[in-house]
Amino acid sequence: MNTILKISIFVIISGVIIAGIILPIPFIPALGDKARILYFHVPMSWIAVLAFFMSMYYSVRYLKTRDNDFDVRSYSAASLGFMFCILATATGSLWAKFSWGSFWNWDPRQTSIFILLLIYGAYFALRSAIDSDEQRAKLSSVYSIIAAVTVPFFVFIMPRLVESLHPDPIVNTQGKINMDSTMLTIFLTSLFGFTLLFLWCLNIKVRIERLNLKHLRSITG
Amino acid sequence: MSDFFRTTIIVFKKDLISELRTRYALNALIMFVLVSISIIRFAIGEEKVENEILSGLLWIVIFFSASGGLSRTFVKEEEKETSVALKMSVDSSGVFTGKLLFNFVLTLILNFLITVLFIMITDYEIKNLWGFILVIGIGNIGLVSASTIIAAIISKANSKGTLYPVLSFPVLIPLLVTVINATKLSAAGAETVILYEEFVILISYSIVVTTVSLMLFKYVWED
Repeated sequence: MNTILKISIFVIISGVIIAGIILPIPFIPALGDKARILYFHVPMSWIAVLAFFMSMYYSVRYLKTRDNDFDVRSYSAASLGFMFCILATATGSLWAKFSWGSFWNWDPRQTSIFILLLIYGAYFALRSAIDSDEQRAKLSSVYSIIAAVTVPFFVFIMPRLVESLHPDPIVNTQGKINMDSTMLTIFLTSLFGFTLLFLWCLNIKVRIERLNLKHLRSITG
Repeated sequence: MSDFFRTTIIVFKKDLISELRTRYALNALIMFVLVSISIIRFAIGEEKVENEILSGLLWIVIFFSASGGLSRTFVKEEEKETSVALKMSVDSSGVFTGKLLFNFVLTLILNFLITVLFIMITDYEIKNLWGFILVIGIGNIGLVSASTIIAAIISKANSKGTLYPVLSFPVLIPLLVTVINATKLSAAGAETVILYEEFVILISYSIVVTTVSLMLFKYVWED
């Protein structure tokens, strides 16, 4: 089962990469071939947010049960989410360089991903500042919940600040996805493939962290 | 319920008395405010700075002076090892709201001072004074609500002083962005009615963060 999963992840992602680069895409005003970033950038951002809320979910479970395994999962989800968040920022600003002319110009979307990066950074800073296992799990869980409840406020605040130039309103007008069937298929497959990749990475990370914890406990007794 | 309010008042009084005896927070913070506003003044020099930029600078001073004062609330209990006594004598939610109330009063005094000094030292002009006072007051509630729980978190960690701004900034961004915007508007003379939209965001932010903090505080406070 596991082998089949690994092979299918490999096939899906290589397929998406090849198809995303080779297959023609429909004409999108002002974007053209640059729209291909969508196959890779959107899944990264989606996973960064997904991992963030997964981390919060496990934090809540941890506080309810005090089962250390949930803290391990919460931490693993956060550290992978951080990596995907960096990838989303990098792919996004690479695209911004060619479309908007500069790597970083504080577009509302860039500001939101920047804040997500800050929250992840603060979470790890907090974790590394606490010595005791139990305290670390408890306090970082509390922090991740507090951070998560303030995130929805950006949804109200950011659009009012500056008008976004993010192509989401161009490609995705009024919630109706404006892509042709090939593009949509590649996009959804990519989303699916990268989510699977993330879940697989998460599984490995959780197992590593469990072993680390076991090792640490065997040393300290 | 009446017990909850009683412990809140008791913790508030206790903090007030200990503050009046040592005057740690007030003395140090007043100096901090004075120094930071003078730095702004020296940096400005003879330039004519627009009101919009000054509104942002005002909140930078408020944010950092608050982080100097508010971050101490729980750290001082840990340092003086009085937290165990506090845990034994009163309920955790009462401790939180008591500290919240104390922080609120502290920042309110501080912000009053900051604003007055700011107007005196720089040429800051406020056209809608009542709107401005409301903005600062409501902004304060939000600032304090998020800061108190973060202060509780860092009191259990190492490197407390540096950790506080790192942890509080991401959580406070929605508040700061809104409140700076509202301050700009009120200083530029916008009617108070126009500010209602900002007030709704600020108040809902305060309610959400305070409620979640109250629910989570017992995990931070009790060992």
